Amino acid sequence: MNLEETKNMGKTLFDKIWDAHVVSTKEGFPDILYIDTHFIHEVTSPQAFNGLRQRGIPVFRPKQTVATADHNVPTLHQDQPIKEELSRLQVEMLTKNCAEFGIELYGLGHPYQGIVHVIGPELGITRPGCTYVCGDSHTSTHGAFGAIAFGIGTSQVEQVMATQCLLQQRPKRMKIEVNGQLQKGVGAKDIILYIISQISAAGGTGYFVEYAGDTIRSLSMEGRMTICNMSIEMGARGGLIAPDQITFDYVEGREFAPKGDAWDKALAYWKTLFSDDDAVFDKVYSFRAEDIAPMITYGTNPGMGIGVDEKIPDAGQFSDQEQLSYKKALQYMGLQDDTPIEGHPIDYVFIGSCTNSRIEDLRQVAEFIKGKKKADDVTVWVVPGSKQVEQQAIKEGLDKVFEAAGFGLREPGCSACLGMNEDKIPAGKYCISTSNRNFEGRQGPNSRTFLASPLMAAAAAVTGKVTDIRELI
Amino acid sequence: MATKTFQYIQSGVVPIPTENIDTDQIIPARFLKATTREGFGNNLFRDWRYDSDNKPITGFVLNDNTFSGKILVGGKNFGCGSSREHAAWAISDYGFDVVVSSFFADIFKGNALNNGLLPVQVSEAFLQKIFAAVFNDPSTELEVNLEKQTITLLSTGESEEFEINPYKKACLINGYDDIDYILSNIDKIEEYEKR
Ligand code: SF4
Repeated sequence: MNLEETKNMGKTLFDKIWDAHVVSTKEGFPDILYIDTHFIHEVTSPQAFNGLRQRGIPVFRPKQTVATADHNVPTLHQDQPIKEELSRLQVEMLTKNCAEFGIELYGLGHPYQGIVHVIGPELGITRPGCTYVCGDSHTSTHGAFGAIAFGIGTSQVEQVMATQCLLQQRPKRMKIEVNGQLQKGVGAKDIILYIISQISAAGGTGYFVEYAGDTIRSLSMEGRMTICNMSIEMGARGGLIAPDQITFDYVEGREFAPKGDAWDKALAYWKTLFSDDDAVFDKVYSFRAEDIAPMITYGTNPGMGIGVDEKIPDAGQFSDQEQLSYKKALQYMGLQDDTPIEGHPIDYVFIGSCTNSRIEDLRQVAEFIKGKKKADDVTVWVVPGSKQVEQQAIKEGLDKVFEAAGFGLREPGCSACLGMNEDKIPAGKYCISTSNRNFEGRQGPNSRTFLASPLMAAAAAVTGKVTDIRELI
Repeated sequence: MATKTFQYIQSGVVPIPTENIDTDQIIPARFLKATTREGFGNNLFRDWRYDSDNKPITGFVLNDNTFSGKILVGGKNFGCGSSREHAAWAISDYGFDVVVSSFFADIFKGNALNNGLLPVQVSEAFLQKIFAAVFNDPSTELEVNLEKQTITLLSTGESEEFEINPYKKACLINGYDDIDYILSNIDKIEEYEKR
């Protein structure tokens, strides 16, 4: 292909945004990519700040850096000092570092505090066409707005602090289309769990994914965030969805969204953000919405998912090498291959995490459990994604609904998603969780996780076992 | 600022044939509370290494003197999951210089390279040969030559080439890092901001 031809070829949405952010490119080197906003939190930033100190340099663009405390914070009594010493030190260190380097911090007690991937969008910081990074792999969430957003390691956090740029190799492009009508009780979480179960936990490695198709288009921003959030669980660098009227309506009027003339100008640009018809993707998958059942995982990586009415796969269908890991996973989970998962008892229900802790998730759960009660021996934690979500839930009276059902509404943070604070699932117990990872010990040493949608989690809370939500609505 | 340099190694092997080893296994979240980069090696593979009473679990390879060396060999899709760089720090802090697998998760690979830990991706067939050789004879050694980009099973002389980005290769060999490179481009960044 000669240069002229390449020039005339259509571009993917991903390439349009990437190209607009390349500061410099040099043969044999990764691109220097400009980062519009850098989100930081208490766990992956302290070593990066130390690095800056050692180099004797400031944060290059502190105004384009936004901090919050989320991973390590308690979800009860946030008005009191953090009891656990190491956690307290880490949160204090963030406060000190932000003050010293001139970074805005939405820390504990601030009305904007919350999980970093929940607060960016709700404050209007996350917008179409921009680049976002954070020392957290679920940064891909922000791609729902038609942005390039991905997780980075701490050395790269330091890099972005020092230069507002990142050295990055351009990934390959993948398109995943979902078309058709979803079944009742099936939502965004089921779509993404289904996709990962089809292409595996490594199926997206090396790619940046664009989600397309009429099913994706029909989703709310909350649903789109759930989808993009879990891109990393198939190994992809990130995922994005072309912005449309649903996106613009969501962003408009938010705290830091552009206003007046700036809005009009931004909007005109955002309307150019889509993949051209003749754009070429390195890989394309296509799925039918009708094929997707309410999903649940049975194993120890997010690719190990099935429809709730299906059986756990027979070990015999895997190669010898794969069987080793497969059997190890089932043994950890205390499950048998070739048996149904529906009806399996559960001990804990966790409704939260950057995948499913936005107001829409809480509303959906509240609507379902209104007038119902949780099963007796089940513990239910509802952890809002942010202070703003919590306040909105209280304003709408959702807290009362939760209380009446025996669900506890806690304060915002990552909580049992990664079990860094006190919210851990005890060893051997089963938790149906709306979070994104079912790795061994993720929710606490030897905890066992079933990933599912908020509705599936709520259904299990009521019956005390894995339940097909379609039978209850 | 200089990082660790790497050029060549000949060493014994510690094999973990499990697939999809995620960074939550490499270093569980509850050990991420430190604010420095050191000391994570003590908690490397914590929940596979120790039981709930902190007693070593017999049978796990790090508790087994039979296997030792500076090369960790893991199953397919090594380092998936969380972006925590602590995973690379823990492996390096424990004393490994190279991780070999037939497939690496992107972020882990980048984190390893940024910390002087070399990820070597081999074919699935070669990986299985390494596992077979090591389990058959734990004194089996591998040779990794970064300059030539080769990995060799010394017992049989079988060798494979591996890929690495030329820029990253130069960084490892010379011990310079990305920040040094980007900082030398700061005028271009300021120019970009004016666009
Ligand atoms: S909620 Fe879970 S996945 Fe999301 S940012 Fe927090 S720890 Fe990461």
